[in-house]
Amino acid sequence: MSDTLLDIRNLGIGLGGDPAHEVVKGLTLGIQPGETMCLVGESGSGKSLTALSVMGLLPKALAPTRGQILLKGEDMLTASSKRMRGLRATAMSMIFQEPMTALSPVHRVGDQIAEVLDAHTNLDGKARRKRVLEMMEHVHLPNVESLYYSYPHQLSGGQRQRIMIAMALILRPQLLIADEPTTALDVTTQKQILTLIRELREEQGTAVLFITHDMGVVAEIADDVTVLRLGEVEETRPVDALLRQPKTPYSRKLLQAVPSLIPRPPRKLNDRPIVLQTTDLGMTYESSGWFRKGRSVVAAKEVNLTLRQGQTLGIVGESGSGKSTVARCIVRLIDPTTGSIRISGTEVASISQRALKPHRRKVQIVFQDPFRSLNPRIEVGESIIEGPTNFGVPRRKAMDRARELMELVGLPGSALDRYPHQFSGGQRQRIAIARAIAMDPDLLVADEAVSALDVSVQAQVLELLDDIQKRLGIGLLFITHDLRVAAQICDDVMVMQHGKVVEYGPAATVLGDPKTEYTRALIEAAPGRDWDFGNFRPVSETMAAMKQQQS
Amino acid sequence: MSTQAAPSGGSPSRIAQLREIVFSSPIVTFAALMLLLIVLAAIFAPWITPYDPARLSPGTRLRPASDAHWLGTDAFGRDLFSRIVYGTRISLAVGIGAAVAAVLLGLAVGLIAGFFRTLDAILMRVVDGLMAIPNILLAIAIVALSGASIWTVLVAITIPEVPRVVRLVRSVVLSAREEPYVEAAIAAGSSTWRILTRHLLPNTIAPLIVQGTYICASAILIEAILSFLGAGISPETPTWGNIMAEGRIYFQINPGIIFWPGLVLSITILSINLVGDAVRDALDPRMAKRGIDR
Repeated sequence: MSDTLLDIRNLGIGLGGDPAHEVVKGLTLGIQPGETMCLVGESGSGKSLTALSVMGLLPKALAPTRGQILLKGEDMLTASSKRMRGLRATAMSMIFQEPMTALSPVHRVGDQIAEVLDAHTNLDGKARRKRVLEMMEHVHLPNVESLYYSYPHQLSGGQRQRIMIAMALILRPQLLIADEPTTALDVTTQKQILTLIRELREEQGTAVLFITHDMGVVAEIADDVTVLRLGEVEETRPVDALLRQPKTPYSRKLLQAVPSLIPRPPRKLNDRPIVLQTTDLGMTYESSGWFRKGRSVVAAKEVNLTLRQGQTLGIVGESGSGKSTVARCIVRLIDPTTGSIRISGTEVASISQRALKPHRRKVQIVFQDPFRSLNPRIEVGESIIEGPTNFGVPRRKAMDRARELMELVGLPGSALDRYPHQFSGGQRQRIAIARAIAMDPDLLVADEAVSALDVSVQAQVLELLDDIQKRLGIGLLFITHDLRVAAQICDDVMVMQHGKVVEYGPAATVLGDPKTEYTRALIEAAPGRDWDFGNFRPVSETMAAMKQQQS
Repeated sequence: MSTQAAPSGGSPSRIAQLREIVFSSPIVTFAALMLLLIVLAAIFAPWITPYDPARLSPGTRLRPASDAHWLGTDAFGRDLFSRIVYGTRISLAVGIGAAVAAVLLGLAVGLIAGFFRTLDAILMRVVDGLMAIPNILLAIAIVALSGASIWTVLVAITIPEVPRVVRLVRSVVLSAREEPYVEAAIAAGSSTWRILTRHLLPNTIAPLIVQGTYICASAILIEAILSFLGAGISPETPTWGNIMAEGRIYFQINPGIIFWPGLVLSITILSINLVGDAVRDALDPRMAKRGIDR
């Protein structure tokens, strides 16, 4: 193993360096030069901490308890902070999940890249600038001359991440650590960044330690994969071997939880009553000023959709496509500027808040972030009964119902008097769902309701939603950026881009045989789309098997 | 690094939290002790003072510190120590009174301004206008208009402090109203009153406690300034500002008349601010010192 670039041996990280409170427990892994190692695990598995400890950037509360981190034979854990400073950017670099916060908002991006050169080389100003511009071209940024003088907020998320990569790789370090670098990006941008990382790796021979929770990304980029669980290594395997034959039950579970991109078979619901219908729904944000001309932004335009009882309609699109705007208009959290919304036959788009109140009951919403969707200062039981008591249900009766609902969403009924912080993210999302269905709505709007959850939890919540829909026969409007999730649970799918509907129809048609360029691009950008993770084989084999079955 | 942002576990009891604040550093402990001493002095003033603060004694004017008069006497032979202790009562009453009044008033206006967009424009312009006038000038004007008494002084000190509270509450409400749990409450058909009191108001309490301590310190200081300028409570009432104002002329003869009330005033303000900072650090972990020291 003499040529191993990064050799982590039996690494332990504990709270305050205490071996009794370890969050990373004896982790061992090795990366060869030019290799991409994916570190996969759910939140709390210690994957980010491992990366930070390599860089010597652990938060103060945590400290290594044992083991070694050898970079070309040199132990990072015992190196002086001066030595570590010298190694960063020259021997190892790191890029982060959120390039907006990883870049300084008050400095020009070109200068931020140049700062790396300033710290580690003796180049003069002119030569520095030249190197930076070369590097910016290298990461395929357009108009590098003018981008050099831009501030981070003037760039798109993908461009910012390219700047981060340029900054990380300008001194050609042998090791690049990428901590969920594409998680905050849209799928099409994600694909470009993954391609870029792969390209640079091949060109510069950089080894990549790639941290992700997304099995799709793993399938796209990894040579080897290490699966982490609660700070311990479950298994380290070449990617193909892992995806085909995971050894441990946990890896198996993780793979099975990845929703399939193959659309679910359609259900026959055409005879059911319509719960939601919008015609020409539109939302334009106007900003007006006294001394300047008002600006208007079209967030959604001419949205026509129909949702029947017991049916699931998915609205998919990238950020800024207007999918959330549509959802928020339908719940009347914002007032649409044009068009009509009919909920179970009642027009609600233009009526006043006061007149709307009786109809609030019929539409409920579940939000993305489980940490913010419940009031942290109120017991969850109180949160659940808030809606029903607003509509005159006596407290005791509402509480009894809340207890039933908690059990319906798979939580103990006795937990009603606990506070949100005492639950995990997935549990909170269950509570949010319980709160929504406590109102007996006709329509449930789920706005990215599973996007913030780990895959295994995501699978459970999707199952729960499906189950609730079957039992209560509610219509489900599902907003998501994740085509896999859409494929798994939606009957119909609507694709939005720049506030407009580009495609709308049965899921099997839209996702299986897309008519428009944009939908096709979205599907092609879905990471790991060639893999059918749940069946541990490539999609092509699944398709072949399905054909065989049919004939 | 969302895993690290997980909220803290079970909330400790109020008393445990208070103990944690008080003993967070030796300086804070000292400040809290001083405050306790000052409050006790105000409450038990009649029992701990050797003389009536208004008792004139022409035979013993402007005496330096002695066994009979611990801090000496003023131009009318009144016992300085007794007057300072009695002055504590006025200072604390004004400080606490102004803080409570400013917080309550600012809370009400701030909640309304933060929640109702149409009223926001009007209310905030009034607030901006108030902020444009220097605190002391505004206070002097109010006292001059309505005559000096402890109540008018209290009002005069409170009103200039309200805008800061309004702005604070408004900004908290503006960010909190975007929280999904507030939107969920709207979707659940909750009344505006319920959303304001139940979902928005609790968010403002922690910053308000902190702001309240600063207002308290500032009010005590302004009261002293008003008294010193002769625009405050009538001169025969012992307040720290009044004592210093009278001592100004006799500074050459007995500097203690200015020095001692000034020292007590400084210690009080410093203690309140130190405790306020400690409360802020305890309530808002982001403000506490942290980071990677490399």
